Amino acid sequence: MSPSRKILWAPNPSFLEAGKSTIKVLADGRFSVWHRKGVTMSWMGPREDAENAFKVRLSLRTALGDKAYAWDTNEEYLFKAMVAFSMRRVPNREGTEISHVLLCNVTQRVSFWFVVTDPSRNHTLPAVEVQSAIRMNRNRINNAFFLNDQTLEFLRIPATLAPPTDPSVPIWIIIFGVIFCIVIVATMLLILSGIRQHRRKNKGPSEMEDTEDKWENTVKIENGIPCDPLDMKGGHVNDAFVTEDERLTPL
Amino acid sequence: MDEARPLWATPLQFVFACISYAVGLGNVWRFPYLCQMYGGGSFLVPYIIMLTVEGMPLLYLELAVGQRMRQGSIGAWRTINPYLSGVGVASVVVSFFLSMYYNVINAWAFWYLFHSFQDPLPWSVCPLNGNRTGYDEECEKASSTQYFWYRKTLNISPSIQESGAVQWEPALCLILAWLLVYLCILRGTESTGKVVYFTALLPYCVLIVYLVRGLTLHGATNGLAYMFTPKMEQLANPKAWINAATQIFFSLGLGFGSLIAFASYNEPSNNCQKHAVIVSIINSSTSIFASVVTFSIYGFKATFNYESCLNKVILLLTNSFDLEDGFLTVSNLEEVKSYLASAYPSKYSEVFPQIKNCSLESELETAVQGTGLAFIVYTEAIKNMEVSQLWSVLYFFMLLMLGIGSMLGNTAAILTPLTDSKVISSYLPKEAISGLVCLVSCAIGLVFTMEAGNYWFDIFNDYAATLPLLLIVLVEAAAVCYLYGLRRFESDLKAMTGHALNWYWKAMWGGVSPLLIISLFVFYLSDYIITGTLQYQAWDASQGQLVTKDYPPYALAIIGLLVASSTMCIPLGALGTFIVRRLKRRDTASVA
Repeated sequence: MSPSRKILWAPNPSFLEAGKSTIKVLADGRFSVWHRKGVTMSWMGPREDAENAFKVRLSLRTALGDKAYAWDTNEEYLFKAMVAFSMRRVPNREGTEISHVLLCNVTQRVSFWFVVTDPSRNHTLPAVEVQSAIRMNRNRINNAFFLNDQTLEFLRIPATLAPPTDPSVPIWIIIFGVIFCIVIVATMLLILSGIRQHRRKNKGPSEMEDTEDKWENTVKIENGIPCDPLDMKGGHVNDAFVTEDERLTPL
Repeated sequence: MDEARPLWATPLQFVFACISYAVGLGNVWRFPYLCQMYGGGSFLVPYIIMLTVEGMPLLYLELAVGQRMRQGSIGAWRTINPYLSGVGVASVVVSFFLSMYYNVINAWAFWYLFHSFQDPLPWSVCPLNGNRTGYDEECEKASSTQYFWYRKTLNISPSIQESGAVQWEPALCLILAWLLVYLCILRGTESTGKVVYFTALLPYCVLIVYLVRGLTLHGATNGLAYMFTPKMEQLANPKAWINAATQIFFSLGLGFGSLIAFASYNEPSNNCQKHAVIVSIINSSTSIFASVVTFSIYGFKATFNYESCLNKVILLLTNSFDLEDGFLTVSNLEEVKSYLASAYPSKYSEVFPQIKNCSLESELETAVQGTGLAFIVYTEAIKNMEVSQLWSVLYFFMLLMLGIGSMLGNTAAILTPLTDSKVISSYLPKEAISGLVCLVSCAIGLVFTMEAGNYWFDIFNDYAATLPLLLIVLVEAAAVCYLYGLRRFESDLKAMTGHALNWYWKAMWGGVSPLLIISLFVFYLSDYIITGTLQYQAWDASQGQLVTKDYPPYALAIIGLLVASSTMCIPLGALGTFIVRRLKRRDTASVA
């Protein structure tokens, strides 16, 4: 392979079973790809190309379970299209085509590396631009594949976390305010009714009965007649004389 | 004719009041911990023995004293023997300390309750850091539930010396909690009697709902099996027996004067023996019932964490070796690991340090008690349930009911002697006395809402009530049996209720229970002396975990003051009465 030509290499996934590939940057600026089975491929290019490549990892079965689709070349085409779309939204890069996005090393995981080249196909676009483009459009890319930030990972491109929704007034203060008001109102009502009972007791004739003892239910009884006939019920019939009426036979 | 005393509308209100006082947060967050530490199912053996030997007799004793003397703790003990007025004062002082710090728990329960109405629950997600690229550092190191408790609720400082400022959010919740308590005790037994229907019954409703939910959770059986497999060797551990005795003692709330206060509002002919047995049995059954719920929740949480741990290992291996997604499962994890270790040794050795050893046992063994259990462990389990807002609201509402129920008893212990005293009640109506007590307790309780407040809370929780109560109940039992006379008390009870006193009660009051209390007392003292300096757990924000620190000297002084201020009341009361009598005798002698 001559240094000026870059070859896009997308090996057969079965070739890579349970294996992994390493992209290693050599001392003289080239970078090479090793495959586990001992086959060495070199992709000779300037050092910065290695830095401009990003690894992508998809977890289809985790995200979709039984509805997981198979990752084939059509899906790869869609991916390239999404990356190209993201790059086209960057100012000065509106001319990015799908053919400018290069994928390689698709594993069974599913994971692969990609780079975006410029229209001349001689240089790769700087990592910073690709990073910001992907970050801006992360949501669209995720949705195209029915995945989310955790199941479609771009290594070295951290996702912007969704800011928490902060209502203007924290909810807890509202509920606190409601309960606080209820308790204050109930307390005021009880205190006021207590004061009213107090005043009524002070106006009443008897000093024996305490207003707070209204729930007193042991009444001392002797001979069937309550001992406190002159109680606070406000001038009721004197029970001591009730029985006399009944002794008189009606006419 | 003596002034009529307010009474409970029905005996049922009295029973509910005692239940709602005795069944408190300790049943939910202390008993499951003890059960787990001391042998699971086999802990029930010392627990039930201590219940029959120590719990029931002492509970009956306090109820009988209250019902017979028909006064609060100060008046009751003064009637038994004038030299014992200090015992009543000590009870009131301890109750005052307790009510100061206990209501802070209700404030925290309110805080969590108000925050349960959000989606997602605030303790289920970590807040983002400054530039929105990741989560807050403290939250990452600890967990989101710990972060919410230590940072958002308490805003805890790194040590007790750094007090910080009063946090206005917990302070507001504390004020609300005190207002609610004031509302419930405002009219004395009239209002308390109605409130205890709710505070006694609602927690059971919630516990039953939680039982059903807990048992249907995935992994609940792991927790239950772990709890109930008896570890018989723990029966030989003296600590198991001591902790069983301590738990029964404090769970019933003996010695605070609340039971005496409640019983003083009974009709004299009330069968308090039956009620004592009922209340103590219900209290212990609730503890066991609550621990079943707690352990099914533990099991769920442990299983959830264990499975998350396994999933993390699976993800790590899948990513490092680019295996097919979904190829590694829990069942083939071990064999695939050994295959990878043999096939790719160098790569495997790189990854190996990051592979955590996931163990269900170690998750289950994290035994927690106290506020940690209620506000960290439980919230962690709740956030993983479906419809977590509903479960959260139910749970904190239950905690609130339990806490308010106990607070009613605590405040009754303080207010009954105050309202009984002719001096005070002639100047102020009952509402004003209650208001003053609540106001003072609330003002002092604001200390616990400072940044170091939780450390002071732990001090009060561990030291304010433990030793003094043992001493108080010991003196109570000894006073009734030997000072007042067991025969005299027996005949009093017979005249009052119409039932003869069973020999069992006499044997327990006279001999077994005091001996048990003395041994508990000796154990506690020796434990404090042997440990030397007292230490506490402080939250280290940089590490995201608790670290042990020593108390500074002034904190130790305050601990000593707490214990001394209540225990010294007993001898000082006796001394005071002695001096007053000597002066009176000298006066009458000089006059004559």
